[in-house]
Amino acid sequence: MSDNKELLERNLKEQDEFEKNQVIMTPGQLIAKRFFRNKLACFGLGVIIVMVLFCAIGPIISPYGEYEIFYFDVNTNAEVRMDKVSGNPNLGVLVKAPISASHWLGTDADGRDVLTRLMYGGRISLTVGLVVVGIELVIGILLGGIAGYYGGAVDMIIMRLCEIFYCLPFVPIMLILSSLFVGYGISPQKKIYFIMIVMGVLYWASVARNVRAQILSLREMEYMQAAESTGIKTWRKILKHLVPNTIPIIILIATMDIGSVILTESVLSFLGVGIAWPYASWGNMANVVTDSIILKNYPNIWAPPSLLILFTVLAFNFIGDGMRDAFDPRMKR
Amino acid sequence: MRKYIIKRILISILVLLGVSIILYTVARSVPGDYVTNITAGNQNITPEMEAQMREQYGLDKGLVEGYVDWLVDALHGDFGTSFVYQRPVAQVIKEYMAPTLALSGIALTLEVILAIPFGIWAARKQYSMTDYTIVAIALMGISLPSFFFASILRIVFSIKLGWLPISGMLTARMNYQGFDLFLDYARHFVLPIVVFVITGVGSMLRYVRTNMLEVLSADYVRTARAKGLPEHKVIYKHAFRNTLIPIVTLIGGMIPALFSGAVITEGIFSLEGLGNVALKAVYNGDIPYLMGFNMFIAVLTLLGTLVADVLYAVVDPRVRY
Repeated sequence: MSDNKELLERNLKEQDEFEKNQVIMTPGQLIAKRFFRNKLACFGLGVIIVMVLFCAIGPIISPYGEYEIFYFDVNTNAEVRMDKVSGNPNLGVLVKAPISASHWLGTDADGRDVLTRLMYGGRISLTVGLVVVGIELVIGILLGGIAGYYGGAVDMIIMRLCEIFYCLPFVPIMLILSSLFVGYGISPQKKIYFIMIVMGVLYWASVARNVRAQILSLREMEYMQAAESTGIKTWRKILKHLVPNTIPIIILIATMDIGSVILTESVLSFLGVGIAWPYASWGNMANVVTDSIILKNYPNIWAPPSLLILFTVLAFNFIGDGMRDAFDPRMKR
Repeated sequence: MRKYIIKRILISILVLLGVSIILYTVARSVPGDYVTNITAGNQNITPEMEAQMREQYGLDKGLVEGYVDWLVDALHGDFGTSFVYQRPVAQVIKEYMAPTLALSGIALTLEVILAIPFGIWAARKQYSMTDYTIVAIALMGISLPSFFFASILRIVFSIKLGWLPISGMLTARMNYQGFDLFLDYARHFVLPIVVFVITGVGSMLRYVRTNMLEVLSADYVRTARAKGLPEHKVIYKHAFRNTLIPIVTLIGGMIPALFSGAVITEGIFSLEGLGNVALKAVYNGDIPYLMGFNMFIAVLTLLGTLVADVLYAVVDPRVRY
């Protein structure tokens, strides 16, 4: 009998110890652990942090302004800044200056500092990415949620709307719309907003599709029956119980899309319908590759913006891939 | 099955109607129409002549009336006359279709040939150096702006090395015949196809890899391993076949992206295809061609998804409609 008691005690003690040593992780921690196991994803995250810092803090440190044009004195060859130009007759614009101590990446074809413009351009490019994705998420989640929850005729209408937007060819539409902007004399400042809205509106269909598919399967789960039986309002059910469970896929789409929007903006700039002068964006700075003289002789002008686009989009893709693997518990292996 | 297809086709017609309304509205609301464009700066044109020309081109009608006219004609198979080419739109599309189809068809085939084996290879070695290398290279391709990549290729292969022509479809003043003509075409298409494939293969490869990963962690793959099958049999007989199913749907959905991409690539390399003509049409306000071209893409898109869905049921007997 006493033997038995001893055994029991020892068992209990061992169990306690086992539990003490056991690290219990929340689902979030598990996801984070899986995410940080992926080296490419970590690299992507690092790149994005560096880019954001570069664009956010860079302009504060940089001594030059975004539109500042540099001149040089024809006689002395000394550099003259824009505010000291007045009254000096023998000045030339300092175009395509080589890399130097005062201009780390030289100046562009209009005589502006490339590095400074990269910082301001990054602000615009990243903002465009964020805002467009924001717009498409708002529309997509709302319509996808409604379609998935209600089903029936509402679902039918929203999904057909999705298909319509899916069938609209993006590039021709953007081209036509941009001539619309020009025709109605919309200023470059406002044009940025219009471009962002149009892109968001043209992109929402895939978000809505994914959210709807997710909600269709969530709707049948037992916890939704429980929610139903508490008698809460429909809106609360959709926003509080269904949408939060689609967040993994939403984050995933958002990450991937920020990258692709930045890329699309650069293509639009190339076609001459993106962010317009005098504003800088990485897209319209990379655009100078169409000038064969610059392409051949001035890599300091075209390479930096192109590389920044490449690395940023790549980083967003890496993060997205890492997240997909991390969110999916089946991928444990 | 037949009922499902018929239902889908009916829905597609509705969708096409919606697409055409949006497209027509957008195309017509551009200020400064075709007539203004061609008469700009010409002092001999009186307002009366302009009005007469508008009437001839059908631009004098209002938005709704113009759309209904277009729709009725389109339903009779008449997509109007291209303003720029002065020929029926259907004829213009037929004429310029070959380069676009060749470009996107070859590119799509190459993408499939590259994406499937490399995607499977990466998935088999998840989190290894091989996996990282393949995924990184593939994603670099889709992270490049296509115009930038095209410029780099042109400066390296056309200007510096002189191996390939810089743009266009045929070498001027050479009058090649027969096989030489084909070779000349081929040489002009190499760079556009490379741009297409490199900037497009990544998304498909990623898709193959993800699906393969999913399948590899499935129970039946574990069973296959447990019963001691050789690894290549597990991969190619049990896992790979099941990844084919979602790939079928992906290819159906890639068609609109191909044509959108064609607009840019053809523009850069000045290939005389549908995309390039569309670019010119946008700049000139050639509404009939734009409508025809965009509707053509929309029809292809819907057809692509429909065929993909039907094929889905064919390759996967579990799916029933």
